[in-house]
Amino acid sequence: MKEQLQKDFYNSIKNLSLSQKDIEIKKFCLDNFIDKGFPNKKEEDWKFTDLNQIIKNNIGELSFYNDQASTNKVDTSVFVDGLEHNKIVFINGRIEKIDFEYEKKDQIEIIDQSETINEFENSNSLSDLNNAFTNKCFKILVKKGYQLAKPLIIYHTTNSKIWSKNINLRLNFQLDKDSSLRLIDLFNDTSEKNFLNIFYNFELKENAVLKNYKVDKFENKNIKYSFNNIDQDKNSISETFILSSGSNFSKNEINCNLNGVYASAFVNGVFSLNKDKHHEIRSIINHLTENTKSYQLIKSVLEQSSKAVYQGKIFVNSDAQKTDGYQLSKAILLNKESEFNAKPELEIYADDVKCSHGSASGSLNEDSIFYLMSRGLSYQQSRELLINGFLLDVVEKITDSEIKNLIKNMLGIKE
Amino acid sequence: MDNRQKEINNLKDYKYGFSTDIENIQAPKGLNEDVIKFISNIKKEPAWMLEFRLKAFERFKVLKEPDWQKPKFPKIDYQDLYYYSAPKSMKDKPKSLDELDPKLLETYKKLGIPLQEQARLNGIAVDAVFDSVSVATTFKDELTKQGIIFCPISEAIQNHPELVKKYLGSVIPTSDHFFATLNSAVFTDGSFVYIPEGVRCPMELSTYFRINASNTGQFERTLIIADKGSYVSYLEGCTAPMRDENQLHAANVELVALDDAEIKYSTVQNWYPGDQDGKGGIYNFVTKRGLCKGKNSKISWTQVETGSAITWKYPSCILKGDNSVGEFYSIAITNNHQKADTGTKMIHLGKNTKSKIISKGISAGSSDMTYRGLVDISSKAKNSTNYTQCDSLLMGNKCGAHTVPYIKNKNSESNIAHEATTSKISEEQLHYCQQRGLNPEEAVGLIVNGFCKEVLQQLPMEFAVEAQKLVGISLEGSVG
Repeated sequence: MKEQLQKDFYNSIKNLSLSQKDIEIKKFCLDNFIDKGFPNKKEEDWKFTDLNQIIKNNIGELSFYNDQASTNKVDTSVFVDGLEHNKIVFINGRIEKIDFEYEKKDQIEIIDQSETINEFENSNSLSDLNNAFTNKCFKILVKKGYQLAKPLIIYHTTNSKIWSKNINLRLNFQLDKDSSLRLIDLFNDTSEKNFLNIFYNFELKENAVLKNYKVDKFENKNIKYSFNNIDQDKNSISETFILSSGSNFSKNEINCNLNGVYASAFVNGVFSLNKDKHHEIRSIINHLTENTKSYQLIKSVLEQSSKAVYQGKIFVNSDAQKTDGYQLSKAILLNKESEFNAKPELEIYADDVKCSHGSASGSLNEDSIFYLMSRGLSYQQSRELLINGFLLDVVEKITDSEIKNLIKNMLGIKE
Repeated sequence: MDNRQKEINNLKDYKYGFSTDIENIQAPKGLNEDVIKFISNIKKEPAWMLEFRLKAFERFKVLKEPDWQKPKFPKIDYQDLYYYSAPKSMKDKPKSLDELDPKLLETYKKLGIPLQEQARLNGIAVDAVFDSVSVATTFKDELTKQGIIFCPISEAIQNHPELVKKYLGSVIPTSDHFFATLNSAVFTDGSFVYIPEGVRCPMELSTYFRINASNTGQFERTLIIADKGSYVSYLEGCTAPMRDENQLHAANVELVALDDAEIKYSTVQNWYPGDQDGKGGIYNFVTKRGLCKGKNSKISWTQVETGSAITWKYPSCILKGDNSVGEFYSIAITNNHQKADTGTKMIHLGKNTKSKIISKGISAGSSDMTYRGLVDISSKAKNSTNYTQCDSLLMGNKCGAHTVPYIKNKNSESNIAHEATTSKISEEQLHYCQQRGLNPEEAVGLIVNGFCKEVLQQLPMEFAVEAQKLVGISLEGSVG
């Protein structure tokens, strides 16, 4: 892999106008990655999900060079109907379109930040890979007091032009004081066997509100990794919802730093898996100052030989008195072969806190099915009703009604 | 001054901190094959036992000291320890208690375990282990009548080699982790219990461990076998003198329960925890594992962990037999600079297996406590259930309480439920108690005892009273 990485790296930077210093930094990140390789199960955070093996078994040899010279045609048929929205379109990892048509132009700034390197705490070798190979990176700045009129949908489309490729994306967001943003990540893949490595960084200033929805619904054979870092100032709110369903393999990591008082973070997720899919959500909520709040709810429905993993950590610093942290994960295993692993973790250094977590996994309750069948429903109907009700609990947590309906439709949940 | 206050003043300092001035025989310092041969030789062990030790030592040489656990500690120099220390008077074993060195009897009297009186009054059979050797076992005759074997493991190796050979290392193999393997190589003594088929052991069996000599590691090994349909309740207590240096205690405990058998294992661990600045104290790195080998068998661990500078142990159950049950009840209290990383593993292999975990952690002062547990339901363990509850109580903002559970479910017909909470004692509860005339310390003691009640109830009566007191004492000075 080493030669491939180096060859592709020099091909990539050849087309970029980078200063010698930037190249040095990128080179440094590349060497770090070559040194560490893809994460494997010897690392605690990847204990349940050996990415190195998964890539080896599903893709084999990856190539890292993407020719980004030519533009791709934007296929408008993938756009969401019936919901007016702003767009950012990625096709095969190349940013094709940034369109804030519904917003005041002077309130949003788009800054080219391609030369900066993101460094996160809690990150792994994949951030080095991302830093070495991303060639375009924008920062989207929402100015003070501005609340976006319409949601922003980021389309991640891949098509059959690419094969066994590694795609690295990066976006930075800054929400200034009193601003708000609604964001949907929508994955639409017609390609197979690629590895997407996505890094987002959010900076929320005082009173800012971020609603962050990730929807991976359409069947595909790609492997995805997404890392979101959210830094939150005083009174800010972040709400993250993850629908983890379509890809063959996916791991979502949310790292939330509650730096300001009264900041709150919500992470909700749904795993709806079948076949031999293997998905993971890992959340780290760092309560760093007093009076912060976090709430997490993760539910999984696992069919066939699918496997879901939830690793959630609540960290409470010794300064973070009056913290309120809650975390619950529930799973229904529908098949003998399905598997659910959880590691809900509390690390607490302050005494005046209220932190709890719960985790439960098991089969569908036969008594409930019997109850419904005795009232005239078929077995299949009863089963569907129970599963829908189980998942609806999480979807109902979405605070934006337009987007809630959109996601309900995608999941096929009717009320 | 009321009674409780007096008691507290008496006990404020570690009351078991004295050391006994007694002549010792020690193995040469350091760890090598000669020392292992020395231990094996002095215990007049058969060749297969020496082989067992040497095999473990071979394995130990390639293992590395683990570093994943939360409490970090300075590197232990394994060559700077004595691996065998025994009171000189034990060289030729006394036949009965009357022949025992009076100094030893005095020591145990001070510890609250008067071996002679106990033999008559309490109805608990005690095996007392002093540094590396077992010094006395009481109630032998009565147990022998029922066919129960309760003796030091070194005696069992001589007298019941077939049992020891069959079961020793069957639950904790010589190729296990670092400290377990070290124990397999150099273990000196411990207790051996065999309960024959269909026998319900008429009394509590108990071992009392005492580290006396300085610079000594204590490596005891306990093996309990409950044959078909039998029952035994076993207690374990531990203390050590106050010393400035850290001392290592790496014990192995193996339990085997055959069809329909039940083993109840209770521990009150009160090793010297170090002084208020965290100097000295015992490193308690213990491997405890039970195997529910037969159908309908049951193993229940209860532990009250108040001592040791660093505690690091996970009493585990392997639920191999169908319908077997594993239970784990734990109270862990850390104060001052103590650190504890403790929990359990429940490995479900058989059908209809059940496990229950109740863990209560209390941290005060600048201490740090972690619950770390694993519940693993394999794909063959149909219809299994687990219930886990771990609660932590924090006192002060310099201490930490952490929960790290690993939950693996590979069977769709099995259920796992896990709950954990962390909080402090609520102002309302304190206020309520104080209003009714309790001082703040008493109020905290009362609330903490209530918090721990679920676990304390599991202890045999004599122990529960002692443990309840211990809970109060361990938290002295943490209120306010």
